Amino acid sequence: MAEFKLKIRRYDPETGAAPYWDEHTVELEPHRSVLEGILQARNENDGSIGVRCSCRSAICGSCGVRVNGKPGLACHTHLDDALASAGEDGVIEVEPMGNMPIIKDLIVDMDAVHWKKIQRVTPWLIGKEPVPEREYIVSRESMIDVTQSMACIQCGACVSDCLSMEVDPLFVGPAALAKTYRFVGDPRDAAHEQRLKDLGEDKHGIYDCTHCFKCIEACPKGVAPMNQIMRLRRIAGNDFHIKDRNNGERHEMAFVNNIEKNGILHEADLLPDSYGGKFHPRAVPELISSLPIVMTALLRRKMTPGKALLHPHKAPDGVKRIFEVVEGRDERNEFNLYISGTDADNEGTAEVAEAIEAAEPAGVAPDGTEGSSA
Amino acid sequence: MKVAYWPGCVSRGFTAELHGSMAAVAPMLNIELVELDRASCCGAGVIAEHSQELADTLNARTFALAQQEITQGADLMMNICSTCQGAQSECQQRLDASAEYRAQVNETLSDEGLEYQDGIINKNFLWVLVEDIGLDKLKTLVKQPLTDLRVGPFYGCYIVRPTDRLDINAAQPRDEYLGQVIEALGGTVIDYAGSHKCCGFPIITMNKEASLEQAGRHLGDAVDAEADCLVTPCPLCHLNLDLQQPMAAKQVGRELNMPVLHLPQLVGLALGVSPKELGLQHHIVKPTSVIDWSQAVVGGVGGW
Ligand code: SF4
Ligand code: SF4
Ligand code: SF4
Ligand code: SF4
Ligand code: FES
Repeated sequence: MAEFKLKIRRYDPETGAAPYWDEHTVELEPHRSVLEGILQARNENDGSIGVRCSCRSAICGSCGVRVNGKPGLACHTHLDDALASAGEDGVIEVEPMGNMPIIKDLIVDMDAVHWKKIQRVTPWLIGKEPVPEREYIVSRESMIDVTQSMACIQCGACVSDCLSMEVDPLFVGPAALAKTYRFVGDPRDAAHEQRLKDLGEDKHGIYDCTHCFKCIEACPKGVAPMNQIMRLRRIAGNDFHIKDRNNGERHEMAFVNNIEKNGILHEADLLPDSYGGKFHPRAVPELISSLPIVMTALLRRKMTPGKALLHPHKAPDGVKRIFEVVEGRDERNEFNLYISGTDADNEGTAEVAEAIEAAEPAGVAPDGTEGSSA
Repeated sequence: MKVAYWPGCVSRGFTAELHGSMAAVAPMLNIELVELDRASCCGAGVIAEHSQELADTLNARTFALAQQEITQGADLMMNICSTCQGAQSECQQRLDASAEYRAQVNETLSDEGLEYQDGIINKNFLWVLVEDIGLDKLKTLVKQPLTDLRVGPFYGCYIVRPTDRLDINAAQPRDEYLGQVIEALGGTVIDYAGSHKCCGFPIITMNKEASLEQAGRHLGDAVDAEADCLVTPCPLCHLNLDLQQPMAAKQVGRELNMPVLHLPQLVGLALGVSPKELGLQHHIVKPTSVIDWSQAVVGGVGGW
C-alpha cells in the first residue's frame, strides 16, 4: 500500500460556481489505476465526485479523463506511472477531457460532440451489390489494415486533445475520421468515393486536420487517427481526384510539383499555386489579402523581388529521376508498419506467417458486422 | 564536431536569417557544417500525404548523401527545422523497419549510385546542443547571459510528437530541451499554454481562419504570460508566428507584437553575436524588446 495525492478538477455548471481543485489522499497498491483512486476518494471522502466508468479494463471507453494534462483512460493509467509524470509537488492532477462541454466534474458531454461527429460520417458498412450468397471474400492484409481503426473504443481521448478542433469546433475530428477510414479501407464497402467526396467538400472535413500528431499521442488503443486521415487524403487525391473546398488537394499537388521542379521548396510560387496558379480567380483575392505581408517581407528583405520571380534552384537529376520512377508506378507502393511490423518484430515468425497464408482467406459475415473483437 | 548539415528549404528562402545565424554560431560552438547542397526537400509531411514512397525515397537519398559525409568523418546528420526532423524521422522509421522495403527504395537510388544503410543519426540543432555539446559546455561559452530576458519556448509539433518515434522519454526529455537551453543561456523560461501546440501552418492555405486563430492564440497566451519573445527551432512555425503575425493579430482581435526568434539567434545573442549579424532586422515583428535588452548589455548595435 502506498499513499497517493489526487487533485480533482470539480465543476458543476448547474450551481453557477466556478471550477475548483479538490485534493484527496488515497491508499492503494501502486499498480492500481487512477480510476480506482478516484473511486476510493468518492466512496470514502466525498460521494459527490462525478466520474463515469463501467468496465474498468480499458474496453468500454467511458472513463476518458486528463491525467497530468494528458488525455487517456483513468482505468488504464497506473497510479505509479501517473505519479512519475506528476509535477514536483507529487500530486496527480485529474481533469475532464477537453473540447467537450462538462456535465459535472470529470464527466463530459460525449453526445454533444463526439457522438454527433461519429454519426456525421455514416458509421456503418454500405455493402457492395450484389450481396454474395455466402460471405464476402477479402484479402488478409486488407482486414489487418482496418483492424487498426476498428480497435477504437470511442473514448474521445483524441477528440479531447485535437488542436484543430480547439480552434474550429466544426472540424469532423480524429475519431470520426478514423472511423471513416475503417470503411474506406474496407474492400466490402461500396461508398468509398461518396464518403471521401462528402468529407472533401466539407470545409471542416479531411483537409481541416493540422497534422499535429496529438491524436496519435492521445489514443490508448493505437488507432493513430492522423495516419488514417493522411491515408484518406491519399485515396481522395490519387484515386478519386477529388477537388476539395479547402484547396487541400491543390496545395498538395502544388507542393509536390514545386519540389519536382526545384528540388527544394520555392515558397514564392507555392501560395499562388495552392490556389490554382498565379492567375487563377481564387488566387487573386488570396494574394491581395496577403499583399501587406508580402510588402513588409520585401521591406525587411525577407524576399527579394528577384527571389519572387526567378528560380534560384533546379532539382538535381537524381531527384527528377525519383519522381519519374515513383510517380510512374501503376500502383501506389505503401509500406504500412502496422500491417508489416518491423524486421525485429517479425524475427522467427516467418513460418507462422506462411502457415496462415496457406490457410483459407478470412471470411466475414455478409451483413458486414465487425463482431466484438474487444 | 563535424556534421552533415541539412539546412532545409525555408531557411534558405523566407527565413534566410535562420541559415545565416546558424552559420554565425556554428564555429563558436565548434561545429563544422558540411552542407548537403545536393539534397532535396524533406516533403514537410505534404509529399508523404501524396505518396509515402516518394517522401521515403527523397529522404533516403538525403540520408545516403549524409552517410557519404559520415564515412568521411562527419559525426552525424543535423537539421535546423522541427518539421524536417519530424518528416525525416517518419520516413526513417519506415526505411529502418524493413530490409525488403529499403531494398526497393535503394533500387530507385541506385541510378545515382547512392544507397541508404539503416540507422542514420539525424538530429535537430536543439538536440545536438543538449546531447552532443552539452549544457555545461554551452554555459561556459556564454558571454552575455540573457539575464532578465523572458523567453517562451515554442517547439512545433513535429519535434515533440509522436514521442516513441522521436525517442522522447524520462531519460531523454527532448520535449523540455528548449527550456533547458534558455536557462543555460541565463534567460527566464516562460510557461504558457501554447508552447507544445501547433502553430497552424499546415492548414494556412486550407482553413486560413483556423490556422491564424491557432497562431494568434499561442502568441496571445505568451503576451499574457509576459514573455519578451518566443524562440522556436522550426522555420515553418516562424512563418506562421512572425510573418503572419499581423494577420493573426487581426484574426484574434488583439495586439500581439510578440517577437519570435530562431533558436540559433537566441544562442547567438548569448554568445555575443550582434543582433544585426543574426539577421534580427529581417523579422516582421521588430524584436525591440530583445534588442533593448541586448543593447543594455552590449551597448549600441547601430541603426537598422
Ligand atoms: S492530427 Fe489532426 S485530427 Fe489529430 S489531433 Fe491534430 S488536428 Fe486533430
Ligand atoms: S481513436 Fe483512440 S482516442 Fe480516439 S476515440 Fe478511438 S480509442 Fe479513443
Ligand atoms: S520541412 Fe521545410 S525546410 Fe524542412 S525540408 Fe521541408 S520544406 Fe524544407
Ligand atoms: S507548429 Fe506548425 S510549422 Fe511548426 S512543426 Fe507544428 S505544424 Fe509545423
Ligand atoms: S472504465 Fe471502461 S475504459 Fe475505463
